[in-house]
Amino acid sequence: MSILIYAETNNGTLTKNAIEAANYGGLLASKTGNKAIALVIGASNGLDQLGKYGISKVLHFTNSGTSDFDPQKVTHVVAEAVKSENSTIVIFAHDYSGKSVAPRLSAKLDAGLVSGAIALPNTENGFSVKKAVFSGKAFAEVEILTSTKIISVLPNSVEKVNNQVTAEIVPFNTELPSTQLKVKEIKKESTELSLTEADIVVSAGRGLKGPENWGMIEDLAHALGAATACSRPVADIGWRPHHEHVGQTGLAIRPNLYFAIGISGAIQHLAGVNGSKIIVAINTDAEAPFFKAADYGIIGDAFDVVPKLVEAVKKFKASNN
Amino acid sequence: MKILVCISKAPDTTSKIAFTDNNSKFDENGVQFIVNPYDEWYALVRALEIKEAGGGNVTILNVGGADNDPIIRKALAIGADDAVRIESSTEDALSVAKQIAEYTKQNTFDMVFCGKETIDYNGSQVAGMVAELLNVPFVSLASKLSLSGNTATIEREIEGGVEVVEVTTPFVISAAKGMAEARIPNMRGIMAARTKPLTVLPAYSSQNATKVKAFTLPPAKSACKFVDASNVEELVSLLHNEAKAI
Repeated sequence: MSILIYAETNNGTLTKNAIEAANYGGLLASKTGNKAIALVIGASNGLDQLGKYGISKVLHFTNSGTSDFDPQKVTHVVAEAVKSENSTIVIFAHDYSGKSVAPRLSAKLDAGLVSGAIALPNTENGFSVKKAVFSGKAFAEVEILTSTKIISVLPNSVEKVNNQVTAEIVPFNTELPSTQLKVKEIKKESTELSLTEADIVVSAGRGLKGPENWGMIEDLAHALGAATACSRPVADIGWRPHHEHVGQTGLAIRPNLYFAIGISGAIQHLAGVNGSKIIVAINTDAEAPFFKAADYGIIGDAFDVVPKLVEAVKKFKASNN
Repeated sequence: MKILVCISKAPDTTSKIAFTDNNSKFDENGVQFIVNPYDEWYALVRALEIKEAGGGNVTILNVGGADNDPIIRKALAIGADDAVRIESSTEDALSVAKQIAEYTKQNTFDMVFCGKETIDYNGSQVAGMVAELLNVPFVSLASKLSLSGNTATIEREIEGGVEVVEVTTPFVISAAKGMAEARIPNMRGIMAARTKPLTVLPAYSSQNATKVKAFTLPPAKSACKFVDASNVEELVSLLHNEAKAI
């Protein structure tokens, strides 16, 4: 019996979500008296850091043919690792790659999947996992009824705990199936902080009146080490790129801190950001719905408040370093 | 091209979320149901565009009870040719995927389109499961798709960017924003939808892999703490000392 964690890498390092999945798997292993084993595909540095999160063994698959991410191939490799390690629980991150691979694995192994878990499983009476449903407006306790269980963990939802063991790194090999998918190109906004991985996000909406006024939003993001985002209308009119749009139809994000500047707080927007730990709303309209969802609010004009806030943050950062 | 579009029923975004039966069931009382937005706006409309450009057929598939028929008629009104409903009350993603996969095996399709997730369970599971059960490629979170013969070039969202992949039919995608623009059915479409074929099939046998034990609502959010616009330093201090967020 073991717990297998699929830990994804990007440019030769483990992703933040992979570390969180490892932490989840390590904690679950301690709780259930299992061994936590990570599977890493592709060349990667710093695999021994997984030991910090209770991972005692790392299966490292470095065959050629996996440099391009093909979920069908990855699913095959994970399934082979499940077989060789006799794993009964498999952990993924509920991110872009987890959403491609975990459902495939669930069908392949005939194993129940809970996607977007926000807490460790309850193993006292059956095996159930808590997840957010109705776009964050409720939670569901979902029981997994099959003997093999798959969980994908919602990013930024389970606190990391230091659980140091020594991680033994062993090569892992298996034949890859031939598939019909070819990766042609990967386009990355490499200079920017990834919106779904950022701890702090500064977001603005129509209240900014025009794309030329985003300088102060970028200044605030820069001062805080934050990523920038926007509301749907702003992306639709073309003031900001579509990949910055957060909300129900755009990206769903869960940062520690979310600034909503000049965004009224329509239910569709809130659905994409209500997983944020702390929300700050800045709006001229005291009746803006965002103030009902926010932890802190400033009723005021963004053009007056934001530049002052940039200075205040800079001053704070300078005195704290 | 023969395209299968899988649609789910979902409560309207603005619905009040409440539960009954000892918090084990969603309270449908007074709830307006819609076609799950990602299935309708992106999967269905893109399928119709492909058919309009190159011919073919768009079939709607829904797994559910007779109370789903109104949303199936809505999808037909937007322009799908025909529809199939598999009579099943299961809410388990793997069971739903098995129903879709079995149907697809018996009635071949070139492409299967799903939305990226439903707005009620937010699972993002069924499309990938169907692909595995059919042993075909799956492109998740597809935001653009163009066809040349039986080869599709698809853009999909990945961490911090976009990946361009090429697949040949048959394949499964889950559609996200960017694929197409929402369409509103016109009167002719609504009239035509009444007589388009909607076939009801019995469920294929399958066992549930998961089951919702209980729903809970989040604790009430404490009131927003207001800071005066002239005192932004106070906000910075609260975020540092109280919220420990910076």
